[in-house]
Amino acid sequence: MKLQRKNRLRATALGVIAVSSALALTACGSDNNSGGGSTGGGGATTGAASSVKCDGAKGQLLASGSSAQKNAMDLWVKNYMAGCKDAQINYKASSSGDGIVAFTQGTVGFAGSDSPLNAQQVEDSKKVCTGGGQGINLPMVGGPIAIGFHVEGVDSLVLDASTIAKIFNGKISKWNDEAIAKLNPNAKLPDLAIQAFHRSTDSGTTDNLTKYLSAAAKADWPYPPAKKWAASGGQAASGSGDVAAQVKQVNGAIGYFELSYAASQSIKTVDINTGASAPVKATAENASKAIAAAKIAGTGKDLALKLDYTTKADGAYPLVLVTYEIACDKGNKPATLAAVKSFLSYTAGADGQKLLTEASYAPIPAEINAKVIETVNSLS
Amino acid sequence: MASSIATDTPPPAPGPSTTRRTASTGRAGDKIFLGLSRGSGILLLVVMAAIAAFLSVRAGIAISQDQGNFLTTFDWNPAGSPPAFGIAVLLFGTVVSSVIAMAIAVPVAVGIALFISHYAPRKLAAPLAYVVDLLAAVPSIVYGVWGALFLVPYLGGLNEWLDTYLGWTFVFEKTEVGVARSMFTVGILLAIMILPIVTSVSREVFLQVPRMNEEAALALGATRWEVIRLSVLPFGRSGVISASMLGLGRALGETMAVATVLSPSYVLSLHVLDPGGGTFAQNIAAKFDESNQLGRDALIASGLVLFVLTLLVNGAARMIIARRKEYSGAAA
Repeated sequence: MKLQRKNRLRATALGVIAVSSALALTACGSDNNSGGGSTGGGGATTGAASSVKCDGAKGQLLASGSSAQKNAMDLWVKNYMAGCKDAQINYKASSSGDGIVAFTQGTVGFAGSDSPLNAQQVEDSKKVCTGGGQGINLPMVGGPIAIGFHVEGVDSLVLDASTIAKIFNGKISKWNDEAIAKLNPNAKLPDLAIQAFHRSTDSGTTDNLTKYLSAAAKADWPYPPAKKWAASGGQAASGSGDVAAQVKQVNGAIGYFELSYAASQSIKTVDINTGASAPVKATAENASKAIAAAKIAGTGKDLALKLDYTTKADGAYPLVLVTYEIACDKGNKPATLAAVKSFLSYTAGADGQKLLTEASYAPIPAEINAKVIETVNSLS
Repeated sequence: MASSIATDTPPPAPGPSTTRRTASTGRAGDKIFLGLSRGSGILLLVVMAAIAAFLSVRAGIAISQDQGNFLTTFDWNPAGSPPAFGIAVLLFGTVVSSVIAMAIAVPVAVGIALFISHYAPRKLAAPLAYVVDLLAAVPSIVYGVWGALFLVPYLGGLNEWLDTYLGWTFVFEKTEVGVARSMFTVGILLAIMILPIVTSVSREVFLQVPRMNEEAALALGATRWEVIRLSVLPFGRSGVISASMLGLGRALGETMAVATVLSPSYVLSLHVLDPGGGTFAQNIAAKFDESNQLGRDALIASGLVLFVLTLLVNGAARMIIARRKEYSGAAA
């Protein structure tokens, strides 16, 4: 009886081995069939896929970070993967802080962040980038930070930097406050409490909003710009999407997020009175006008930008953010290097940038973009 | 440890004598089994010691670098310069949300347990007990999503009512505008989540009341309610307390549901209807992803405090059970 059982075990073991090896063999076989990469094209999306250069990009590329660029990333990844069947890009949109931590721990191929790396983070990145490399910032996506509001009966709203600061600071608590009424003589503002929503996570969007507020409304925004929300009061939600969802849901709410969230959830946005001849609407085009005035502040291959938040130019929307992709200038992981280079050259290329305007983002100005493409090609 | 390839060693060859009973595997089996069971016991202790050591070491690192006071700072900014973080708000929030949950869940759970054990007809009692136990099978993230999408919008009215009529209690005074993403909402959600465990343990205890006591009370002319008051509740008291402690242990450590519903901030406020506050577990879940090394150590330090707090609660529950020798209810 014992013997029989042993034999039966052996038989099943043999069977298992046989089946699994057969599976493995067929798997190899199917791999070989699909070889040849993107000859098929299969770009059923926009035809943009056909212009993707795969350059031997293979395997899975993990990336994470800024939720502001999520909507752009989704489009890019879809089109890129239609052209490069062998590469899989996974972008986890959480927050800029999360992306940078993941990058400095070496768990992602590149990170997305709405704020450039600070000195400490550059130092941390040297552990990951081998051979004396370090993390660099590549400006890839521009976009207006929309101030979204939800007040029943009010369709358009004009605010200036100081009223925005006061609202998020808790100094203005009612929608029919004088300061708001003065900027909106024709609007029927209700006697309704303002519910201001901010991000609870360390967010690049918060960083950019507070940079703008402390540049354009210093008197009303005494806090230094930071990713962590510094003002007291208000309510918190974790990602851009969560803030947008709360604004959508709550009457009397106001919040801030990248414009594409307002577009996708059809949330009304505030026009900003910058001192120009007319209040400026939050549009991708108007944001491009403000971003065009940006200067490169980084050194060497680092292309971190310096933005002008106090512009009074007509039609320039000053409250903008630039999302950087962060990678190593040299010493990227060999396994993902090809995919990183190929994917980022697609996003920085003409097709990738053209997609941005369709999705309510602002493309990067041409001369900065040229430098980005050059830098991406030199990654090693 | 016993040799791990024990299963491969051939059993002792059966001798020619057929007098040996085939059921016995001889001494080898004894030895192997002793080794395995002893090994399991030791393994558990080693794992616990490893967890405790890990928590303590990392917490030590974090606390030594903390420029604020770990116990009294009202902020959580380990990435700042200088890094300052403290657990005051988290400890307060954890305790407050759990207390609210207990205040709601325990009376309701005792009511359900009494109904199932003493009032409900047989046909209804079994399905009802089953449905309550089903509550425990819902994953906490589902509670969280339900809380955020359903509970929060619908609690606005209740909050206004509490603010209007109970505002004088200070606790129920709403000082800040905002939807109901508050400690009170978290407490309600936690109450629903700990209901099944408190109910099922209490139910078992109530079913164990000696028939003699109940019948004696009935013979003296007591009504149903008096029977429950005179014999059932006194007998089940310690069981209900320990059941509540078990529920409290769950409420203290609940993570996902709280993180989904609460609007977090590092403000210590007694106004439970105002948005804000935070709990240990929620804070760890929300901050872990974007924390640097020190930030993670700081979160681990806060986790250690929660660990100790939960240990104290469980210890208290065990002591209460141990004091009542004759109580032999549901094994907790």
